[in-house]
Amino acid sequence: MKFIAFFAILITGFLLIYATVDMPDWGDPNSPPNSHVSPRFIEKVIQETATPNMVTAVLADYRGYDTFGETVVIFTAGIICLMLLRRGSDG
Amino acid sequence: MDTMDFIIGKYNYWVYIVLMMIGFYAMIAKNNFAKKLVGMNIFQTAIILFFISTSSKTGGATIPIIQAGMDKAHQYINPLPHVLMLTAIVVMVSTFGVALAVLIMIYRRYKTLEEDEIMAILKMEKQI
Amino acid sequence: MVSRYENVIIETVSRLLIPAMQLFGLYVIAHGHGSPGGGFQGGCILAASFILMVIAYDIKEAKSRMSENLNTILCCAGVFIYGGIGLLCVILGGNFLDYSVLHKVLPVDPVKARYMGIFGVEIGVGIAVMAVMVSIFLNIASGGEHEGAMK
Repeated sequence: MKFIAFFAILITGFLLIYATVDMPDWGDPNSPPNSHVSPRFIEKVIQETATPNMVTAVLADYRGYDTFGETVVIFTAGIICLMLLRRGSDG
Repeated sequence: MDTMDFIIGKYNYWVYIVLMMIGFYAMIAKNNFAKKLVGMNIFQTAIILFFISTSSKTGGATIPIIQAGMDKAHQYINPLPHVLMLTAIVVMVSTFGVALAVLIMIYRRYKTLEEDEIMAILKMEKQI
Repeated sequence: MVSRYENVIIETVSRLLIPAMQLFGLYVIAHGHGSPGGGFQGGCILAASFILMVIAYDIKEAKSRMSENLNTILCCAGVFIYGGIGLLCVILGGNFLDYSVLHKVLPVDPVKARYMGIFGVEIGVGIAVMAVMVSIFLNIASGGEHEGAMK
């Protein structure tokens, strides 16, 4: 069983390492994640939101709906822990 | 020097793949549920490191906080992966908490966290 | 069930450290616009101060400072503040979470209104994260019993 698992790990790891040949280099300024949406955020963030920290601006303004879902997720997790564990003395 | 550039450009991905495979091995090969959970956490950490590493830019880029007189996109690293991973870390903590709560419930029900022992108990209960 | 260890060094140091941690957490939430920080990070720091109190003293002492009812109310209040700001934008005639319409109720221009909207949202996130982290920690660490000290 352990041997099969280790063999699966080796195959998966090899495939992933083979896939990195096509990935952009580390720190490439022209890589796809660095050249598609984020330049617009960086250049327009002061004019549009007056917030210097663009992580905060993107988190709470441009992607506010996403963060709202996030808050609901952690709220649900807290309530689930409360409901699973916090019972009366009768168990 | 071509090989050297290739290794320098790609070795961060290889480190994350090794870390991810450690977590993956713990998830599929370990017998204890708590160890499986630790493996899941390592897996998520590897994914977070991978996303953060895609945001880096060479050539003097600094942290994503606008400073006076600098407003070009190549002067700041990419803020978007930081935002995504900031929310992903919170989801990671939430799933970890819920999973620990479920493990506590499993331990109260079966008095063990070993997978094969729980399977034996389930098989025995089904026969009765 | 050990109730409390009563180690003088740990209790004194944590009594000095907890107010500083809480002040730093509030600073991280409030100063998230101009420096690294924000609701998630500041909320986690506030929750860490409370967890340090649970570890250094015991759960009974910590719950006398912030009761379980208050904690659960804060859980809901954080999400309510976030959703309330979003709905306020809808009521004022904009889209959901479009803070620029908040200039109708705040004495600022639309760009600064987005700044203020981000600040309100960060406060909601900070409260929710703090209360949920404390709740998850207390429930899991004591198995839902909510008594005794951490071993």
